[in-house]
Amino acid sequence: MKKEMKNWFQIIILGIAISLTGCKKKEDDHNHDNPAPVQPGEAEIHLENRVGNVKFYLGENYVTEAGDTVKFTMFKYYVSNFQFIKEDGSVYTVPKDSCYFLVKADDVESQELHFKNIPAGNYKGVRFIIGVDSLKSAAPLEERTGVLDPATGAQGMYWSWNTGYIFVKAEGTCPAIPDSLQNKFKYHIGLFGGYSTPTINNIKTVELMFNQNVKISSNKKPNIHCYVNPLEMFKTPTTFSIPSKPIIMASPDSKIIADNYADMIKFDHIH
Amino acid sequence: MMKYKVKLKGFSRSFLKKEWAVALSFIILLACKKDMDQNPVPQEPFKGFYQPEHFPPILQPFDVTKINEKSFALGKRLFYDPILSRDSTIACGSCHIQASAFTHHGHDVSHGIEDKLGRRNALPIQNLMWQKNFLWDGGILNLELVAISAITSPVEMDETLPNIVEKLKRSKVYPQMFKEAFGTNEITSTKMLIALGHFMALFISDKSKYDEVKRGKAQFTEQEQRGYNLFKQHCEACHREPLFTDQSFRNNGLQHFFSIDKGRYEISLLDGDEGKFKVPSLRNIEITAPYMHDGRFSTLMDVLNHYSSGIQNYPNLDPLLINKIPLTEQEKNDIIAFLKTLTDPSFIRDKRFSEF
Repeated sequence: MKKEMKNWFQIIILGIAISLTGCKKKEDDHNHDNPAPVQPGEAEIHLENRVGNVKFYLGENYVTEAGDTVKFTMFKYYVSNFQFIKEDGSVYTVPKDSCYFLVKADDVESQELHFKNIPAGNYKGVRFIIGVDSLKSAAPLEERTGVLDPATGAQGMYWSWNTGYIFVKAEGTCPAIPDSLQNKFKYHIGLFGGYSTPTINNIKTVELMFNQNVKISSNKKPNIHCYVNPLEMFKTPTTFSIPSKPIIMASPDSKIIADNYADMIKFDHIH
Repeated sequence: MMKYKVKLKGFSRSFLKKEWAVALSFIILLACKKDMDQNPVPQEPFKGFYQPEHFPPILQPFDVTKINEKSFALGKRLFYDPILSRDSTIACGSCHIQASAFTHHGHDVSHGIEDKLGRRNALPIQNLMWQKNFLWDGGILNLELVAISAITSPVEMDETLPNIVEKLKRSKVYPQMFKEAFGTNEITSTKMLIALGHFMALFISDKSKYDEVKRGKAQFTEQEQRGYNLFKQHCEACHREPLFTDQSFRNNGLQHFFSIDKGRYEISLLDGDEGKFKVPSLRNIEITAPYMHDGRFSTLMDVLNHYSSGIQNYPNLDPLLINKIPLTEQEKNDIIAFLKTLTDPSFIRDKRFSEF
């Protein structure tokens, strides 16, 4: 009797053991990531919309470099593929699953980008792209989650007829645009360079160097405060007159706007 | 080693006497297996994706191993459900009709909700896993993303994905179908699109007479053989076997109306791509009239007349067509006889794909 008891105990334990090994795989993966003795830290990048010295608001009048008076009704853009640059020049690359952000003028929270698990150390800058990289732009649907989900997250930033995302979307009004267009401008700038045949590549790399080395550690979470000027879309290198081309989407002219906005994000200070 | 044997002996003895203990450990096992065990034994074995032996390797990064009976059934239901359009009048199957190899027979360009007209001829849905990209201009790279184009187009289904998800959640049948297909109650547009992909990925047309000849199970008639020889001489450079397309984009000398449709240029933005369209497959061509991107030709003879004498000279006209393709009437008829061997009756009658 005692022996039999022992036997079916063995069976149950065997069953549990098999079921546990079958199920555990997912939880296990995490534990091997950061064997470093020093605890990683966090950082925030704050992307605040500003025009010169004043805060930028949707619905306010601004004057562009070309002298056009404009009012934005929408301004949103993707930033992605972040790398934190250490003082020795080496980089920490933010993992793919947490490196895509959609920043919107009407959503203050979207302007705060949070980064976790950054190896502790001194950092002198950050590098990222405005837009979505070509690999992700051509990825299967299952790999497009969060802000890249064409249905929900992307919120009008996905082109249904042309693979890829709109990187920067700006819409608004300018009285100098003819009434036939209801004075409206629409700039939907995307294009990742094509997959099999090359086309225009409007992915812009931004590198922001801090004014001092920034320490990131488990007890130091810096906020990297940057200013974003939407009017940069219309100046340097090309002073762009909005009424001359009020609507630009997937067309060769998109390059003009993209080249212009490449420098719209500037580092300002750390706190 | 000895100990192990002893244990095994004990194992088998208690197996007989303590079945309930075995049952208990099975229950524990089952609790974890949920994800893998979607399908209880089906009545007829479900035939998933297969690779026809004379086809090249597939090109789509779509995971065909995940196609199962339930996700296929869900995809089929969605494909034929007008719930996917804004006013619930048009389903995918409205413009992609099985009897016409999933094209919109008799319509030059397809009409969407409220009788709005598109500008291009609905393409057949067949052998999708072998395509590099989709639509006449190749604008979409992934099978599961193609449907978004038709769903959101204002002249097709004019609906939004979030709206569809809401409609599906309210439905009496879909929550259960999604659960059976994917193992969770959650309904998302991603799952919906993947289910549609699971359905369409199995649209494999590989049983035409041509295929049977390639398999050595049938023979061309004399006329078909003459047509095949002419085809290889004049057409195969673009319509490459066995899929009957090289998937390139070419300007084939149709009189173009660039203000309406610039073709591949709209995607590539490359000078010289104006008026280029994807070389379509010729499989099932007999039953997919009308022809060309705008459906301007209604018979295969019209098409061959175009190639033999109608080609317009554009700066970016395909170099292979500069001298046109002069053909006698007899030659045209021979080629058409061959093209008819590309019709796949079992594909257009396959019950698995049919609406009713």
